[in-house]
This record gives sequence, C-alpha cells and structure tokens, in this order.
Amino acid sequence: MKFLRKIFDNAHAKLNKSEKTKKFFPLVDAIETLMFTPNHVTKNGTHVRDSIDLKRTMMIVIIALIPCLLFGIYNTGYQHFLLTGEAVSFWEIVGKGALVVLPLVVVSYGAGLFVEFIFAIKNGHSVQEGFLVSGMLIPLIMPADVPLWMVAVATIFAVVIGKEVFGGTGMNILNVALTARAFLFFAYPTKMSGNEVWITGFDKMEGVDASSGATALGDLASFMQETPALENVAQFQQKYSMMDSFLGFIPGSVGETSVLMCLIGAGLLLWTGIASWRIMISFFFGGFVMASVLNLVGGNGYFELPALHQLMVGGFMFGLVFMATDPVTASQTNSGKLIYGFLAGFLGILIRMVNPAYPEGIMLAILIANVFAPLIDHMVIRANVNRRNKRLKTA
Amino acid sequence: MSQTITIRKGLDVNMKGKAEKVLVEAAKSKLFSIQPPNFTGLTPKLVVKVGDKVKAGSPVFFDKYRDSIYYVSPVSGVVKDIVRGAKRRILDVIVEADAETSYLESTVTDVKNLDREAVKSMMLSSGLWPFLRMRPIDIVANPTDTPKAIFISSFDSNPLAPDNDFILDGKDAEFNAGIELLNKLTDGNVHLQTRKSSSAVFKNAKEVQITNVKGAHPAGNVGVQIHHINPINKGEIVWYINPQDVLILGRYALTGKYDATKVIAVTGENASDKKYFKTIIGSSISSIISKSVKENSRIISGNPLTGSQVSSDDFLSFYDSQITILPEGDNYKFFLTEGWLSAGFKRFSASRAYPSWMMPKSKEYAMDTNINGEERAYVVSGQYEKVFPFDIYPVYLIKSILSNDIERMENLGIYEVAPEDFALCEFVCTSKINVQQIVRDGLDMIYDECM
Repeated sequence: MKFLRKIFDNAHAKLNKSEKTKKFFPLVDAIETLMFTPNHVTKNGTHVRDSIDLKRTMMIVIIALIPCLLFGIYNTGYQHFLLTGEAVSFWEIVGKGALVVLPLVVVSYGAGLFVEFIFAIKNGHSVQEGFLVSGMLIPLIMPADVPLWMVAVATIFAVVIGKEVFGGTGMNILNVALTARAFLFFAYPTKMSGNEVWITGFDKMEGVDASSGATALGDLASFMQETPALENVAQFQQKYSMMDSFLGFIPGSVGETSVLMCLIGAGLLLWTGIASWRIMISFFFGGFVMASVLNLVGGNGYFELPALHQLMVGGFMFGLVFMATDPVTASQTNSGKLIYGFLAGFLGILIRMVNPAYPEGIMLAILIANVFAPLIDHMVIRANVNRRNKRLKTA
Repeated sequence: MSQTITIRKGLDVNMKGKAEKVLVEAAKSKLFSIQPPNFTGLTPKLVVKVGDKVKAGSPVFFDKYRDSIYYVSPVSGVVKDIVRGAKRRILDVIVEADAETSYLESTVTDVKNLDREAVKSMMLSSGLWPFLRMRPIDIVANPTDTPKAIFISSFDSNPLAPDNDFILDGKDAEFNAGIELLNKLTDGNVHLQTRKSSSAVFKNAKEVQITNVKGAHPAGNVGVQIHHINPINKGEIVWYINPQDVLILGRYALTGKYDATKVIAVTGENASDKKYFKTIIGSSISSIISKSVKENSRIISGNPLTGSQVSSDDFLSFYDSQITILPEGDNYKFFLTEGWLSAGFKRFSASRAYPSWMMPKSKEYAMDTNINGEERAYVVSGQYEKVFPFDIYPVYLIKSILSNDIERMENLGIYEVAPEDFALCEFVCTSKINVQQIVRDGLDMIYDECM
C-alpha cells in the first residue's frame, strides 16, 4: 500500500509541474480514488460523515448484476449448442458464452469510460461513478450477436446525448443503459429485431429453421400476426415452460432471461437498501394488473398466456430490478415512486402486448416513465405545498 | 396533562467518547472572549475600547441594526484586545479577567410585579436577551416581536451530547425563576419537551406545557419539536432557549447578577479527560481541556454534527455546552482494508450498505473527520427523508435555495427549519453535500428579503 501511495504521490508531483499536464489530473484522480478513499476532511458543519459514498453504492449494484452476467454467459453458450445439437461439456458452453459476452462488456466499458474521461478532462471535474453501473447494464440488455461496433456507437450515443449534455451523473433524465438500447432498436431495426441476433452463431448455422432463433416474446408477438410461429398458447407453454422462463434457459438478451438471477440481484439491492422497494413492488403490481386485464380479455395466444408467465419472459424482471430503480431517473419522492413504478410496469406490458411491433415494451415504458417522473414528483410536492398553505389559512 | 409525541424518523449516531458523569470545577480562564460570530447575522457596535474596565454584566457591544440588544462581559476585568478579521470584522473582544469576579449588580425585583415591557428592557440591558433565539431564521430574537410560544428542549439528542438531567439536577429554583421570566414574554405557552426518563427538575417545572418526546435524534432538536407540537406558518414567530440558559435567566432574577456559569461536557474519542466541567461562557478552550490534546485532533466547540472548529487558543462559543475532540481523518484509506470497499465492521453508516445496521444499537463507533468520499451531484434519493422528521421535502427545499427561488422556499417550508435540523441529512449524504451551509444561506436570504 505504501508502494501504491508512492506511485500516486509521484504522479501528482509530475502532473503539477506544468499547466499542460494538469488537465490530465482527472485520469490519475479516477484511479487513485478507486484505490484510496481520499484524505479530504470536513470543514465546518457536520464534522463526521457517514461511511457510505457513491463508489460503494455503485459497486453494490454491480455485485447485484454479477449473477445475471454469469448466467448470461452460460445461457448464451447453452442456447447456441441447443440449436446445433452438439453434446458438449459445461466448460465448453461457458467458454462459448464468455467469448461472446465478455467482449460486449469490454467494449461497453471501454467506449463509455473513454467518453467519461474526455468530458472529465474537458470540464475539469473528477470522473463520476455513474457509468460503472451503466457499463455493466448495457451488455446485459444486448442480443448476443449484436456487432461490437454497434455496442460502441450506442454506448457513446447514450453517454453523450443521454447523460453528459445534461451535466453528467445525477443530471440525466433518461436511463443511460436503456438509451443505448433504444438507440440501437430505432437506428438499426433490421439488425436488432427478427430472429437472427438472439442466439450466437445463428446466421452461420445450417439446416436450422429460421423461426427457431426467435425469442419467447418474438413467438408471442407472432400470435398477433397472420402466420403465428406457434399454433396456440399451449404449444408456447411447452416450448418455453414456466420453469425454463424462471430459471432463464430461453433465448433473449444476454442478462435478462433468468428471473431467478434477477431475484438474487433484487435480494441484495433490497437487503442493502440501495434500490427502492417501493418501485420494485409497484412496478410488479402494475405489470401484473395489466397482464391480468389483457388475459381476461383474451382472444389470441398472446393474451391467453397466464399473467405470471407473461411477466417472466422478456425484460420485465430485469427492468423491474435494475432499470426502473435507477435513483436518478426515477421519481424521487416516496409516494412518487409508487406511482412511477406502477406506471412503468403497467405501460410496459401494455406496449408489449398490444403493439407487437415493439416486443421491447418494458424498455420503452421505463423510458416513458423516466420522462414522467419529474411531473409525478411535481404533483407530490404540490400536494405538500397545498397542505402547508391550508394550515396557514386555518391558523 | 402532558401529551406525548413520537418521532419516527431519525438516527442515533453512537460515537465513542461519551463524558463520564462527574462534575469538575475547571481552572478559571485568564482570558475571556465575547465573540460576535457566535450570533448569526450580528453587526456589533462596540461600547468599550482596549484598556477599559468592565464588570460581569457590563455591556461590551450592541447590535447595530437592533440597537436595544446588548451583549455583555461574562466576567470583570480589563478589555485586553479586539481581534479583527477580514474586512475589519470583529471576531473577539478579549477581556483579561480579575482574580475575583465583581458583578454589575441591579436591584432584585419580584418578577410577578413586572409587565412585559419591563421584563424586556431588563433582559435587553442586562445581556440576557441573546439567549433567546427565534424561529424562523434561527437568530437572536427580535425584541419588538411577541412570539406565539416559547420552546425549551430539555434534552439534547445529538451524538455525545451532554446530559441536561445531570447538569440541571437540583436547580429547580433557578429554572422555575427563569421560566417565570419567559412566561412574561409570550401570550402563548412556554413549552418544555422532556424524555420519559427526564429528571425531576423538568418533570416538576411550573407554568410550562410539558410534552413527552419519544424517538431518535433529531427528536431533541427544538425545530423538530415545534413542527410536531405547533408548527410555524409564514408570518408567525416562536422563540426558543437552551435549558442551561434558562438557569442564567433565573439566577439573574433571583440575585440581580449576570452569572454566566455553565456546565459543559468534554467529549470525543481524543479527549483525555471526558467529564463535565463547570466554567463560564467565553472561557478559553485551553482552560477547560487543560491536559494536552493528542496530536492530529480536531477540537470542536459544540457537538460533532453542528459544532464549529476551534483551536485550543480559541474560546467557548456562547450557546455551546459541549467540547468535542475527534481524531482528524486526513489520511488515505486503502479501498479494501479500510476504504470504500472494505467489509466495514468498524465503520458506521446509516445506509445498509455497511454491516453496522446488523450490529447491536449499543455498539459505539470510532469516527474521524474524513469525508469518506467525494462531493457529487445528487444521485441517491429518499436518503434525507429517513432522518428528517418534518413534513417537508428536504432535497427540493435545498434545490430551491440553490436556485435562489424565494417563493418556492417559502412554499416548501423554509420557515420551519434551521441548519441544525439538516445536520443528519448532511451526515448521511452519499453525495457529501454541505447541506447545513446551504440552509443557512437560504435563511439569510429570506431574512434580507422578507423580514
């Protein structure tokens, strides 16, 4: 540790020598504050401070994402070999998955942190922690076979347009990771939908039915079209059983398929109090209500799928645990959080089921709810102000 | 009949270094200081010059803008120095004390026969007035106002706070005499907030409305109590006073002398003699913490959440009844062993991201003055609300102050808060924002523009 300390002290001395090198201070500072909690002390005001800081907060979210990442790696390999029909060992599956998923992670962090560093140097502030989580979220909501350059472009777009133009971490209106995903969805629709990208190596496989590369949501959406991929909902339930959907052995974006892993992450986030239980519960409730209502309406295979099963496929659970709970873009008042969560879950299922052109309804719904969050808070605050004014009148 | 209120939000910060309940006479300080910066917003106008002789209770300066309020010397002696800071602002009026204190004596009159104006002019000229402070704004009370009530919080719930039950035990006569004075000043009640376990001096206090308060810090903050008992609306004014200062009022009423004797607690991990000391307002810090202070310590006049940083050459603040000595945290902490990613069994946190929330509540934590992070924009939400027992949205209020939006500040409840009510918000803040200073700035703005 003393050795490390010496390195940083030397770096400071060297950087301080000239004005030109001084502006690279954020680079050293970013690494240094990762290794050492700085020696800053309080002035007047509160002389002692809580031990929590933003780095630890963000790190806990990253730890909560690890189960999803690990399972995502496994499932990516598993889906690939499921289609090719090869009998392979556990480690070959993991190896295949790792080869696909880890580059996504590296590209996402590389592109995002690159932008962060440029803005830190340009604006002369320290590198902020927000992207540590976004950088992990982005690969987990990508299809396995998305080209790496697209990930890089989407990440740069999301960090610059989604965050830095608003002033950086804490100032953004839209969830950064979802902005990246939405950018790809709308900028490269042919590449990002259909059956090609979800299972790695799919386009190189021979003799495989093109429709077998679809996700559960893709199959469900086809119920609304003239030529459904499956005959009825029973067939769907056989193809993607409740258990497989829960455990996550279905095709989909890298990290979103396993409800179980999302729940493990949710457990950690709630146990440490980092994420809001209000948002999680109301989000689930909102989605469940909408799914049940449409289920009662019935009429096609999509609507006939039981509500609970509906919530287990696609990005619903992942969005619930990791996306909607982003404290910056969610509502910030306690009662606002309940409304916000409900709105996001409700809209998510509505968009997904009623407009099958957008099977990624959850993503869009959370972005819409992000936009509405300040308005929700505004109403909550106004109620508080009215309460105070009323007290003034009666007093 | 006393009512009970329960404060459900809050946080008790259990720090190492509580004072032992032993009362010691502190060595008499050679120098005393009357410090204008202790009184927020005060512009002093001196009535003494260097070399003048003063008695305990003789005026030293008065408020330029509210010229009936006099500030007096706590001891007799000679004015030795007037210390000025930037822009010739007066920081200290230093009095070299006589060996034997002589008092500026006035005739004792029965308070019962005095009317409100007589009590006011007596308190203003004798130097008792500055003990009364007002909400909103949290400054010395305005003599021209009539408050709707006067509040006294009998207990201090801050970390390491002195125990008023111990300090005031057996001082019933002075306390009740002080309260009699206060009752003359308001048409409403004098409220006294107690704990269930409070000592008899509070339980048996006369002519007060007693409210029993349950709950964690900031339950002892008078602002929280006012909010739950009789909230302040725009245009209303309440006053408050510390229990020990009521004793000084009472002593004056009984004896006609301005006797600023006070008991203060010396606390904090780095304090060598953690006891209660009997001393006088304005004493030098070194006379109280006579033994040498450990190296790399911070001396705080007041408690760790709201106090002000002093050196041993400085003087005890006017309102404080506590000195806290903490280790400075100006060292780097390696992230895995004791920094931000450590297991952190020894680190206290209100958030559940550290295991301290699973430890027994009685566990005491050693805390230093490290910020434990860096200042950031607001990211985490809902954090302040957990420790802020007001029907107010703290972050929105802070943001309205930062954007200088007075109407919004009023709407969001700035009249009900003081910086100390935000001390816990500042403590728990993940983004390490200096909330108390922001609130002070907001109140100053309101005072300049609206009052």
